[in-house]
Amino acid sequence: MRSDTAARASDASPAGTPTPAGTKLTAEATQFRTRGKYAPPIWGHRPGPLTNILRVVAFVILIALVLFPFLIVVSTSLSTGQAITDAGGLVVIPTEISLEAYTRILTGGVVTQSLLVSIVVTAAGTAISLVVTVLAAYSLSRVGTLWHRGLLMTVLLTFLFAPSIIPLYVVVQGLGMLDTLWALILPTSLSAFNLVIVRGFIMNLPPELFEAARIDGASEWWVLTRLAVPLSKSVIAVVGLFYGVTYWNAFFNAMLYLRDTSNWPLQLVLRTYVLQGAPLTLDNTGEIPPPSQAVQMAVVVIAIIPVLLVYPFVQRHLTKGVLTGALKG
Amino acid sequence: MARTAVTDRHGELVAYRSVPFVTRLRRDYPLLVMIVPAVALMLLFIYIPLLGNVIAFMDYVPFVPFLDNGWVWFENFERLFADGDFWLALANTLVFTALNLLLFFPIPVMLALFVHSLLHPWLRSFLQSVLYLPHFLSWVIVVGFFQQTLGSAGVLNQFLAQNGLDPVNLMQNPELFKFMIVGQTVWKEAGWGTIIFLAALTAIDDALYESAAMDGAGVGRRLWHITLPGIRPIIILMLILRLGDALSVGFEQFLLQRNSVGPAAAEVLDTYVYYHGVVAGNWSVGVAAGLFKGVVGLILILAANKFAHLLGEDGIYKSTRR
Repeated sequence: MRSDTAARASDASPAGTPTPAGTKLTAEATQFRTRGKYAPPIWGHRPGPLTNILRVVAFVILIALVLFPFLIVVSTSLSTGQAITDAGGLVVIPTEISLEAYTRILTGGVVTQSLLVSIVVTAAGTAISLVVTVLAAYSLSRVGTLWHRGLLMTVLLTFLFAPSIIPLYVVVQGLGMLDTLWALILPTSLSAFNLVIVRGFIMNLPPELFEAARIDGASEWWVLTRLAVPLSKSVIAVVGLFYGVTYWNAFFNAMLYLRDTSNWPLQLVLRTYVLQGAPLTLDNTGEIPPPSQAVQMAVVVIAIIPVLLVYPFVQRHLTKGVLTGALKG
Repeated sequence: MARTAVTDRHGELVAYRSVPFVTRLRRDYPLLVMIVPAVALMLLFIYIPLLGNVIAFMDYVPFVPFLDNGWVWFENFERLFADGDFWLALANTLVFTALNLLLFFPIPVMLALFVHSLLHPWLRSFLQSVLYLPHFLSWVIVVGFFQQTLGSAGVLNQFLAQNGLDPVNLMQNPELFKFMIVGQTVWKEAGWGTIIFLAALTAIDDALYESAAMDGAGVGRRLWHITLPGIRPIIILMLILRLGDALSVGFEQFLLQRNSVGPAAAEVLDTYVYYHGVVAGNWSVGVAAGLFKGVVGLILILAANKFAHLLGEDGIYKSTRR
C-alpha cells in the first residue's frame, strides 16, 4: 500500500528520479533539504532537469522583458551623436560614453525648471498626504468612539464614486488654485485606499500596548506619536512611496489646471518633448546641441531615477507583505 | 472604567451607550480633531464635486456665478445620447474592458504561481522586486518605452531595417492599438497584480499539501485541488473589482496615445469627457457623460458585489468594512 502511494506520487514529477519505496521519498527530500535553507517542503519532489531548465528560461525572460527598455533608454542617453547615428537611432550597448545630454538639460532651461517643480510638488505633497492620512487612520482605528461609524462610512463611500473631472475643475477654480502648485497637491492629497491600509495596520498592532498607555494616562496624541507611528514605520514607508510616486508621475492635473508652462512638472515636459516630439528649447550657447534622441532619453532617465532611488528602501516591505497583511487584517 | 460596551451583531464594538454625549465628546475630541483635515479634503475634492454633477442639468458656462446658470434638465443628456462619438467611446471602453479581462486578468495569477514555485528566497524576492518595479513608473514613461522598442523608430524596426526587412508600425496602427494597450497594461501592472495572489498563496496551509501528497496527489492535482481553490476567493474578488470598474480603462494611457492612433480607435469615456467637455467647451454635456459613467459604474459595482454574495463569496464590502 505504502509503496503504491509513493510510486503514484513520483509519477507527478515528469523527469524525476523514480522513487521505488515510500521511505525513499522522505529520505530524498531530507537529503535535498540539508543542501540549503531553501529546501522544498518535505513532501516535495526534486524537479526534473527539464522543468528546471524551463523555470530558468522563464525567470530570465521575465527579468529581460522588464529591464530591456531601461537598458535602451540609459544606453542611448549616455551615447554620443555619432554612436547613435551608427546604431540607427537607438543604442542597446553603449560604445562611446558621453554625459553631454545630461549636462545640457541640467544647466538651466525647461527641464531643470520642471524638475524643480516636480521635486517641490512631490516633497510637499507627500508630507501633507502622510500627515493627513496617518492622523485620520489613527483616529478611525479607535472603534467605538464618537461618530466613528459615520466618519468611517464617509471614507469608505469614496470608493464607490468615480472622480469627475469637470466638477472638480470647477471646485479648484472656485478655490482660486488654478495656475498654482496647490492644484497639483491638494485634490489628490488623500487616498482612501492608503488610509484604509494604514488604519488596518494600526488596528493589527497589539492592543495591550495602547490600553496600557491609556491606563497610565497617556493622551491620544502621545499614543499616536510615541506608539502608533514608530510601530507603523513600515506601512508608512509603503504608503509614502505610493503617495510620492503618484505626485511624481502625475501629468494630467497639470495639463488641466496649469495654463502657464513655466510651472509644468517633469512628466508633462516629458510628454511634450518625448512622446509628441516637440522641440526642446534649451539655452543655446552657440555650441552644436547634442542629438535630440540622447536628450530625450536623458529626460526619461531623470524622470525614472527618483523612483529607482526610493524603491529599494521600500520594496522589502512590499515583498514581506506589509500591504496585504494590513488589507486582510 | 466601568462602561458598558455595546456590540453589534458582528461582535463589533459600536458604542458605549451608557456614556452621555458630552462625556464622549470630551473624551474623544482629540480623535475628532485628528480627522478634521481628512474630512475637509474629502468634502472639498470628492463630495462637493459629487454635488457639482448637477452641472449636467444646467446650461453651464464657466466664469458666471454658479447658480446663475439656467436649468435645462435633460437636454444635455439628449444631446449626449444623440452624439455618435459618445456611443463610439462607450463601445471602445467596453471592448477594452473585455480584452483586459480575457488577456490581462489571468496573467497575474499565472505569474504569482510561478513566483510562488521558486524556492530560493533570494531569487524569489529579486524576481518580485523586478516585477513590481514597472507599476511605479508613469504612463508617460511606459508609453515612451513602448515607442522606443516597438514604435516606428524603435529598436524592433531598427533591427528589421538592418536585416533588410520591411518595418512594421505597431504603435500607430488603429487595428493593433487594442493589443498594444493590453500589452502595455500587462508590462506595467501584471507584476504588481501578483502581490495579492501571492499573499493568498502563502496563506494556504502547508498541511493540506502534505496530506494530499501522502494520499498520492501529484503536482498537477495538488494545484487543481488545493492551490486554485485556496486562492479562489481572491480571484473572484479581483474579478468583481474589475467588473465594477468596467467603464474605467486607464485614462492617462489613452490620453497619451489618442493623437497617434486617432480618436476612432482610442476614444474612451474618460477621454470623451475631457475632449468634448473641457477642450471643446461643452461643459454640461461633458459632465452629463461623466455622470452617466459614474451612475452606471456604481450600479455595476453594487451588482457585481450582490452577485458575489449570491455565490457565497465575501465580495468587496466584507473585505473593507470592519
